Amino acid sequence: MMVTRESLLNWAMIAALLLVPLAAWSLDEPFIITLATKAAILALAGVGLNIALGLGGLISLGHAAFFGIGGYAMGILAAHAQNYEPLFEWPFLFEGSNQMPLIWLVAVVFSALAALVIGALSLRTSGVYFIMITLAFGQMLYYFAISWSAYGGEDGLSIWVRNDFPGLNTLDPIQFFAIAYVILCGALFFAARLARSPFGLALAAARQNEDRVEAVGLTPFTLRLTAFVISGAITGLAGALFADLNRFVSPTMLSWHTSGEIMIFVILGGVGRLYGPVAGAALYILLEHLLGGISDYWQIFLGVLLLLIVLFARGGLIGAIAGREKAHG
Amino acid sequence: MADLVLKTENLCKSFGALKASCDVSLDLRAGEIHALIGPNGAGKSTLIKQIAGNFAPDSGTVELLGRDVTALDTVARARMGLGRTFQISALAMDYSVLQNAVLGALGGQGRVFRFFRNVMEDPALLEAARDALERVGLTQDANRRTADLSHGQRRQLEVAVALTLKPKLFLMDEPMAGLGADGSHRLTGFLDGLREQAPILLVEHDMDAVFALADRISVLVYGQIIATGTAAEIRANAEVRRAYLGEEDAA
Repeated sequence: MMVTRESLLNWAMIAALLLVPLAAWSLDEPFIITLATKAAILALAGVGLNIALGLGGLISLGHAAFFGIGGYAMGILAAHAQNYEPLFEWPFLFEGSNQMPLIWLVAVVFSALAALVIGALSLRTSGVYFIMITLAFGQMLYYFAISWSAYGGEDGLSIWVRNDFPGLNTLDPIQFFAIAYVILCGALFFAARLARSPFGLALAAARQNEDRVEAVGLTPFTLRLTAFVISGAITGLAGALFADLNRFVSPTMLSWHTSGEIMIFVILGGVGRLYGPVAGAALYILLEHLLGGISDYWQIFLGVLLLLIVLFARGGLIGAIAGREKAHG
Repeated sequence: MADLVLKTENLCKSFGALKASCDVSLDLRAGEIHALIGPNGAGKSTLIKQIAGNFAPDSGTVELLGRDVTALDTVARARMGLGRTFQISALAMDYSVLQNAVLGALGGQGRVFRFFRNVMEDPALLEAARDALERVGLTQDANRRTADLSHGQRRQLEVAVALTLKPKLFLMDEPMAGLGADGSHRLTGFLDGLREQAPILLVEHDMDAVFALADRISVLVYGQIIATGTAAEIRANAEVRRAYLGEEDAA
């Protein structure tokens, strides 16, 4: 395989995301480790969105729904476990769980199901209608969570102790970072395989020319729905991790601001670029940390940067550094 | 009936007061090229879209390989073996030429829900794709970006993608459009041989190509077929001359 400037850049980014927290660990700077963990988790949410947005061309403003469902999967399971209140007693007694693998599974399954329903309805439209319908579904869940007093309503749900992962101490920042980082790498690996797979070829072709895909006997709707479900599941997993990082979940995770932020990671880094969300999320966290110290209104600068990127560097940061994506022979 | 690959019966389609198709009955037999000609606005594209499945007719039926497909969509008809080329090239422009051909082969094979295998390393798909590119003369351009191809090369790629499907019939909407005399001549020669593999319903404005290729010609005017016959019959038909070819031309 040819080594391109983009793949070098990708390796550099993923290495930096590992080395910075390792350095912070040796210097005993847990806050920086937490920032890196947050970047890795938000990047994971972006990797999910990028499958729908970058590969499938589906402009979803409702991915906060999946992020939030993942978050509430964590919150609800863990709250029941910590309060010793069974979640349900029939058909078997289930007392919630503080085991990450089970929480992740529940997060993935429920966000995938939500994506299946939301996708099946919204993918019948396209363009600006698709954007509005995904937005509407996201906001529906947001207001539902606000009024769901059993799980904290507007105040959200707090968890006293971070959930467990077999063999690790998840309260140690570097160990929790390791979990997030490994999952991010796994998702990147999966997304890379997906983009080059038969499914990826057909999905990206449906983005470029729907008539062509139909004429070769493939159904764009089914391809897009599948992509939307995979995309939602990954973003949902990120949501479970994000809630675990904060030991807190609230309706904010479901709000359309969150959808916008996840989309900003993707656009900052470069739409359709595999590692775009990593670059975007890392930059976002960096700006939030550096500029947020200077001014509460740091997002003005983010807005300017986003404007510049959209106007002058359509390929985002990665496009600006590594050049236009080449067609793979 | 087995030798009738495509049959439309009394197709009607109106847009408001405009009758785009009116009682259109035509058929395509195994081994033939059946050309559909007609002046601009005669309803050729509307007819093609009803045959391909983009439009549902107001009344009438479309039969493919002896089966009524009027209620089926474009995808189902493509899967049954309808290989289509578009009037305006419909290709994935960001893809390489080879990727477009592999996409066709993938559609023909139908096993698209595979998420891990590298599609551009699948020997069966690559072989089908390379074979089709070679037949239309695009082997040299396999790794070029489709958006960078000339207009004529895109037309060739359209045909190549249709070939990868190994269709039972071709539906070609003005494949010669925009080709120079040279390209048009070469494509004519190619289509001539292609009818052995599968019959072609050919919509074309290039009369030299139509008269050189077609076993039968149907003439569509104001949504109605006014004549069907061999090239000689069509040339001799007074109504066709009046409506379409122009008196002085046919004299």
